[in-house]
Amino acid sequence: MLDFIQQHQEMIYVVILMIFCGIEIIEKVPSVLHTPLMSGANAIHGVVIIGAIIVMGKAESDNYLALALGFVAVILGTLNVVGGFVVTDRMLEMFKKKKK
Amino acid sequence: MELNILTLCYLIGSITFILGLKMLSNPATARKGNLVAAGGMTIAIFGTIFLYEENGAKLGNYPWIFAALAIGGIIGTMAAKKVKMTAMPEMVSLFNGMGGACAALISFIEFGHHVKNIATEAPSTGTLITIMVGLVIGSISFAGSMIAWGKLNGKLKDFSFPGQHIFNLVLLAVIVGLAGYLTTSLSADNYYLFYVIAVLSLVYGVFFVFPIGGADMPVVISLLNSFTGVAAACGGFLYDNKVMLTGGILVGAAGTLLTMLMCKAMNRSLSNVLIGNFGGNKSGGAASGSTPQGNYKEISLSDAATVMAYANKVIIVPGYGLAVAQAQHTCHELEKYLEEKGVEVKYAIHPVAGRMPGHMNVLLAEADVSYDKLMEMEQANDEFKSTDVVLILGANDVVNPAAKNDPSSPIYGMPILEVENAKTVIVNKRSMKPGYAGIENDLFFQPKTSMLFGDAKKALQDLLAEVKNV
Repeated sequence: MLDFIQQHQEMIYVVILMIFCGIEIIEKVPSVLHTPLMSGANAIHGVVIIGAIIVMGKAESDNYLALALGFVAVILGTLNVVGGFVVTDRMLEMFKKKKK
Repeated sequence: MELNILTLCYLIGSITFILGLKMLSNPATARKGNLVAAGGMTIAIFGTIFLYEENGAKLGNYPWIFAALAIGGIIGTMAAKKVKMTAMPEMVSLFNGMGGACAALISFIEFGHHVKNIATEAPSTGTLITIMVGLVIGSISFAGSMIAWGKLNGKLKDFSFPGQHIFNLVLLAVIVGLAGYLTTSLSADNYYLFYVIAVLSLVYGVFFVFPIGGADMPVVISLLNSFTGVAAACGGFLYDNKVMLTGGILVGAAGTLLTMLMCKAMNRSLSNVLIGNFGGNKSGGAASGSTPQGNYKEISLSDAATVMAYANKVIIVPGYGLAVAQAQHTCHELEKYLEEKGVEVKYAIHPVAGRMPGHMNVLLAEADVSYDKLMEMEQANDEFKSTDVVLILGANDVVNPAAKNDPSSPIYGMPILEVENAKTVIVNKRSMKPGYAGIENDLFFQPKTSMLFGDAKKALQDLLAEVKNV
């Protein structure tokens, strides 16, 4: 465990800084924007797709289980990313229109 | 060299996520912020596909990857374009579930990988922990989001059984225990426990969300959203991938805070929402608080139209009923017509009206209602005193005076819109059934309140026709 921390200390720093960063950023959001914000954040955690792509790209071409699971994972991840951003954009488009 | 470019791609990705979220917090830059984050995501994804290499080997299986990207991209775009604005919360929940499932699947594959090589090279404890956390959180998030989706679109009803909280706690303890055991002593004989953990996590996700009332769904979705963020960050640890880490943790932290803000708006603690005191056990605390009934009076359409047409100031309080009936456009028409008649019309938006914070704002924005007509709660509460008519469209718990007056009420202490300060209150509802909190609303029985029953859209259309006749 200590080895793990030692090896990944850089990442652990990133985690801690990001926690504060995430909290700071959100704090000033007016409640009007809560739904688009949740939706936008939802799209951003779709970054998990990168893991799915790596898994899939590394799979041996005869390992059908890994290929199939990876395939599904990439589809799901893409859904999350693309759907998330498009939905958010649709919501925000309406906000813009009425601002004129 | 190519790896350096990839590092640069990831750096750009991370920065755009932070900038994007930041810009999303301001109405003027929000849309651009979303695009910035989307652009960063695209760079990170294509960078990974073309530049990633491990031990000198590039990624393979391109046809598969691109096929999956295309399928997901097309379905995702279509679903997101087609969904009605009222169904937005369900959609977010659904997409969130997809992300959770994706994280869980990654854990599956990685685990399979390590088990295969277990004889030659045992995975480190740290790797196992991240795999376990990714699996458990991803599965819970997936199962929970699916249930939340089903509940929001009305396919699933609340469901709970006595002792469910205990059952959930035990289940969670078993999951954590098993995961801990497997992490410390994984061998070729006990690796199947991994799949047991996966199943139990799914079951936990289901039971975790099932008893929680519909009104609390936004809180749950927001929480599951931050869960998925953490699951994504686990992937970041697993592959030593900074962009997954920053993106995941950013969402995890922001989502948690957003969840707390929502709870605060309802004046409840997160644990209170999660244990489901409120949604599940309505028979417990709720029934004792409110003495049922008295008489309510109905108002005819023409009376309602007359009162509103001759008022100086009308405030509309929209709620979930407006969303269900898709009545936002009709509502805007009524507002415009009244304005032409010289009536001042405004909207009072409770922070938790509808199914998500900002839900009503989005709906009314869709109908082109001008931004400066929307008032937040504090501002609205100052204005009710000088208001002639308050028209409540399918809102209930957010205008229930019991939150102020009745300490035994389960919603006691929740900030509400104090509509009873206005001269007249007209309530449009489909029936006298209580709202999601499952409690009676004394407001409906007050002398100054009158009821206008019916579907919000139909009622508003009729009302509009009547107003034109006045």
